[in-house]
Amino acid sequence: MHETDMTKALIVTVKNWWKAQPEPPKISHVHLTVGKFTCVEPVSLQFAFEVQICDTFLDGAELVIQETPLIAFCHHCEQEYQPEIGIQYACPTCHSPMEDIRSGRELKIDRIEYS
Amino acid sequence: MHQTFDAALGINLLHANQAGADHNRAHFDEWGIACFNVMSSPGAGKTAILERTLAVLTAEYKIAVIEGDMTTELDADRLRKYNVPVIAINTGRSCHLDSKMVAGGIHTLAHEYNPSEIDLVLVENVGNLVCPAEFEVGEHLKIALLSITEGEDKPLKYPVMFQEADCLLITKIDLAPYLDVDVDRIVANVRQMNPHVTIIVVSAKTGEGLEAWFDWVRSQIHHLSKSPHQLSTVGEKAVALG
Repeated sequence: MHETDMTKALIVTVKNWWKAQPEPPKISHVHLTVGKFTCVEPVSLQFAFEVQICDTFLDGAELVIQETPLIAFCHHCEQEYQPEIGIQYACPTCHSPMEDIRSGRELKIDRIEYS
Repeated sequence: MHQTFDAALGINLLHANQAGADHNRAHFDEWGIACFNVMSSPGAGKTAILERTLAVLTAEYKIAVIEGDMTTELDADRLRKYNVPVIAINTGRSCHLDSKMVAGGIHTLAHEYNPSEIDLVLVENVGNLVCPAEFEVGEHLKIALLSITEGEDKPLKYPVMFQEADCLLITKIDLAPYLDVDVDRIVANVRQMNPHVTIIVVSAKTGEGLEAWFDWVRSQIHHLSKSPHQLSTVGEKAVALG
């Protein structure tokens, strides 16, 4: 359940931002980007977030997770493809190994909505 | 009605861990230490491989171990028999080591020993194929282990670990006669996502393949002592199954 640790890290980062504001704002949404080729499960992250923000400056805030697909670029075929996670990672056309990942490794706090 | 605002952050979720890992690596570089992060599922044979490694390589290098274990010191005690510094870190209920825990281990090491005399720090991570792959601890190289009893499909199911590895040890090869396992398929599955990884097939029990592993360790220590910030290059990663 490393999503618990990740959520702690997320809250610390958001809190640093929150403290740096001239007037402590009321945060309504925290937007994340989570790639499909990471070890992070969005459902677990949502759960950990809801539990950990109780009675904090984030109470009532919503976590919005945008998942990004795994996209690799095959230099032999000179085109992008979507590997099938758990089944096939090599290029479906020429079977070259997956080397150049263009999307899917993101774990990012994108933006905060506040009033 | 409230007016709402947007603030763009664009910060990595693991930013704090990454910064800690970079800090740990800076310490290792300053002391001229090569650091390997050893990862696998529980029971793949990390401690057994470390025992065999310490038995031979302590004659050539000054080695220390940072041992991650959820609740016990059982593994640490096995390795202390080789008269090397072993710093045990109980991770409690956490299923991986993070850079902060390893920083604690580094400080103990620096306090109780002379770190500039140490050539290699082996970090034995908590047995787990998922989480440790996302939490860098300050290592220069990642070593993954996969025992042949685990099945050929594991690299496909737990890709991040195998995609990030610099060296993969396929362990327990002495059990091959008793199993329907296709080692070539394990290799092919890993190469699909990590074509340049060094793959060495070993048995801690019989000693098969261990000389190739020791040679790889020697070459990486040599390489890192010359250019600590540079990871091994593709050309040098061609031992064993190539």
